[in-house]
Amino acid sequence: MENVQTNITKSDFQIDGQVKWCAGCGSYAILAAVQKALPATGVTKENVVFVSGIGCSSRFPYYMKTYGFHTLHGRAIPIASGLKSARPDLNVWITTGDGDSMAIGGNHFIHMIRRNLDLNVLVFNNKIYGLTKGQYSPTTPFGAVTKSSPDGTIEKPFEPGELVMGAQGTFFARVIDKEIKGMEEVIIAAAKHKGTSIVEVLQNCVIFNDATHECIIGKDVKDDRTIYLEHGKKMIFGKNRDKGLILDGNDLRVEKIGENGVTLDDILVHDKTIQNPNIHYMLARMSYPDLPVAIGVIRSVEQSTYDALLQQQVDEAVANTKIHNVLDLLNSGKIFDI
Amino acid sequence: MENYPKKIQELEEVVIKFAGDSGDGMQLTGTQFSDLSASFGNDLLTFPDYPSEIRAPQGTIAGVSGFQVHIGGKEIQTPGDLADVLIAMNPAALKTNMKWIKQGATIIIDIDNFDDSHYKKADYVEDPFEDGSLEGFAVIKAPITSLTRSIVKELNLGIDQKTADKTRNQFVMGILLWLFNKDLTTVEEFLAKKFIKKPILITINHAVLRAGHSYAETVEAIATQFNVLPAKGKKGKFRQITGNQATAWGLLAGAEKAGLKLFLGSYPITPATDILQELCAKKHLNIKTFQAEDEIAGICTAIGASFGGHLGATSTSGPGLSLKTEAAGLAVITELPLVIVDVQRGGPSTGLPTKTEQSDLLQAIHGRHGESPMPVIAASSPGNCFDYAFMACKIAVEHMTPIILLTDGYLANGTELWRIPDYENMKKIIPPFVKDNDPDYYPYKRDEQKLNRFWAIPGQEGLRHRIGGLEKADVTGEVSHDSYNHQVMTNYRADKIKRIANYIPEQEIIGNKDGGELLVIGWGGTYGALNSAVQDLRKEGYNISLAQFNYIFPLPKNTEEVLKKFKKRIVCELNLGQFADYLRTQFPQYPYLQFNKVQGLPFFISELKEKFIEIIKEK
Repeated sequence: MENVQTNITKSDFQIDGQVKWCAGCGSYAILAAVQKALPATGVTKENVVFVSGIGCSSRFPYYMKTYGFHTLHGRAIPIASGLKSARPDLNVWITTGDGDSMAIGGNHFIHMIRRNLDLNVLVFNNKIYGLTKGQYSPTTPFGAVTKSSPDGTIEKPFEPGELVMGAQGTFFARVIDKEIKGMEEVIIAAAKHKGTSIVEVLQNCVIFNDATHECIIGKDVKDDRTIYLEHGKKMIFGKNRDKGLILDGNDLRVEKIGENGVTLDDILVHDKTIQNPNIHYMLARMSYPDLPVAIGVIRSVEQSTYDALLQQQVDEAVANTKIHNVLDLLNSGKIFDI
Repeated sequence: MENYPKKIQELEEVVIKFAGDSGDGMQLTGTQFSDLSASFGNDLLTFPDYPSEIRAPQGTIAGVSGFQVHIGGKEIQTPGDLADVLIAMNPAALKTNMKWIKQGATIIIDIDNFDDSHYKKADYVEDPFEDGSLEGFAVIKAPITSLTRSIVKELNLGIDQKTADKTRNQFVMGILLWLFNKDLTTVEEFLAKKFIKKPILITINHAVLRAGHSYAETVEAIATQFNVLPAKGKKGKFRQITGNQATAWGLLAGAEKAGLKLFLGSYPITPATDILQELCAKKHLNIKTFQAEDEIAGICTAIGASFGGHLGATSTSGPGLSLKTEAAGLAVITELPLVIVDVQRGGPSTGLPTKTEQSDLLQAIHGRHGESPMPVIAASSPGNCFDYAFMACKIAVEHMTPIILLTDGYLANGTELWRIPDYENMKKIIPPFVKDNDPDYYPYKRDEQKLNRFWAIPGQEGLRHRIGGLEKADVTGEVSHDSYNHQVMTNYRADKIKRIANYIPEQEIIGNKDGGELLVIGWGGTYGALNSAVQDLRKEGYNISLAQFNYIFPLPKNTEEVLKKFKKRIVCELNLGQFADYLRTQFPQYPYLQFNKVQGLPFFISELKEKFIEIIKEK
């Protein structure tokens, strides 16, 4: 993030042409949040690259006035990995969906995270295949009836956060597509994190899976079924802010403050920076109806990144060699002068 | 004691096969011997023959690995059909190699390993010394193991038997040095260097080496010493290089001459892995490698790097090439430079992973969805893998296209005494870059001659643009589903590749340039065998010529001229006739005879000559 341009604004990232998602699609809000967030991350217009795979989410680069690469189904990750490894100076983003990143691109997803490449990944999780018109995805709930599961799915869904923790991820956050302000803050945090930042966006597909997240984020239920995490703050939630999370044995439990002898002091404080991922894992997998769904930055820890280590190895090798070019190489080692 | 008088026989060339258990160090002995021959001025080619199991049970047929060295006082172009000398460390090694040695060959065996238990492991039903199978061969029954052990024991250095046994290959080396009338010094120096950190190993290896030499000198069974004279006309600076190493270096050269940084994204696969290993140890040349999670990620990381302005490359073998094809199509439509190296092996599927074949040709030319033209070139000797890897970079960068470079297991693992190229005078590669803020830049605006688009790199000012797998509008590069535009873009992509023919050399005829009786047609790695056979027959007075193709798609512009000058054409390849079929589609007006082999082995000169004579004599 060199040459910080202070004068860039949202409009610098807006294209002149038309954006073509379905009316009411959650992707519009994500686009707006990204365009608003980018100027605050210290990037230059030319150093931002958006890479995507295939799916509705993956049209994103065409709607960003940056360098962009719309690639193959599932392959945004390795293409972005190559780009970032070759060019650590670039600010590289991946937009992907639940099918793109967790089905066909699932292998790349875990390996990117394990390597901790400094990539920013927005996972548009609408729990359905939209572009192919309504088949179940790896995040579709067990039993859901879709076009390819007329009798209900018989597969347990992935929880993206569990994969992130399982692959030793260093940054995981969850946001809601209609909350642009919250999304913007998390996107800035993701951009600033050195390492693979995974941002799961609970996104609505108005056509094929409308209201899939409503049981959690619907107006009437949201306060009691979600918890907004803030680093260093007590993990409390509820319409009356009277419920909190405590650690009970090996699991998290919801307690009402003031009942059963539970006081505010008993409620856990969120620490996104602890290296041990156990609590982050528990927070990431909290789900309705047993526990509130965690929103915000769940994990953000510092670790070395693949791209920086690779560059370091190259720089050290270049500094410590007597073979500086191909001509030197050709004449090195065992030569037979006949 | 006076030595027996022994005669010295001059040889123009000799083929030596080293065979034993994978752990017997036969490859090291073979390499030592070839190094020694190279410094003496012999031309040479070597070829390892190893099983796909890393360490199969000792003494069994499956565990035999070999290393063949062909040295000569003339130009050596193959590792040799059959061996003049076989070193067999156990019965399994002998049994496996009996069909690969010449009648009357010298066979050196470790007699200590020829007992009932070893015969059983090697599935010998009868004692090979009694079943007549060794009649007519000069068998040297050397007690290699027992003599080595007793020499090491006499040194009284407290060396255990296992360590002592590891020096048996030096006993063999000693015998060979005497047999080929060579001095001990070079090998002694080599050993001193190799074990510089363990002087005790220098002492025992030297002792065993000398013991082997004295043994050969005194034993009655060895009646003749051989002398292979230095190669005439082979003057200059040389090094030994394998095809894989030369490929890796060619990629380095291509990137450097283009002023680009090389980026190799790859996944380990036999027999291509050495390219990855070679390049990941070359970071000091300011290049990067990425060992990906799979073949697909291998090519995709390379495409990402090319998008970022590096020279992206990926290395693989047949099954990996299949996995990469979707991404190769993306590189076709985004028109990014990318070098795909396919080191062919026996297929389909896992097939014969350690053996050679030329059966990926049609996959390379056609194996993608959609109209997806991609240039294909092939190397034809271990050393010229360097030149064709360089050319692959040049075509990829200057024409903005992915390209497939075909080598094969035979070239990849074979070693050649390679003349160090005149690197400073090699051509430059000029990437079609765009200047910052160029107001006329459009992602799909093309060069009028080559039809390539131009290369704007993320980070450049005023050139922000988006590319991708969806069809793009001519010039502007906006997403376009327009039917007429798709025709235009498809035609551009096809024409761009066809026009590469204007930038590659014409096809050469070795032999009768103005045409003649029989044209032997080959491509890629069969060059050494085909050329040796053709040269031999020409010396015998036959009207026969060779056209060995390195540029496959597009073909050189004069290909039809070459084909039409000859009465008969025979296409020889290590598959069931893929290049022949390809020529039939390109030039259906000519009939093509075929000679094909799919045994995981290179052509033998003898079988080629036999076939060619038969065809010439047919009226």
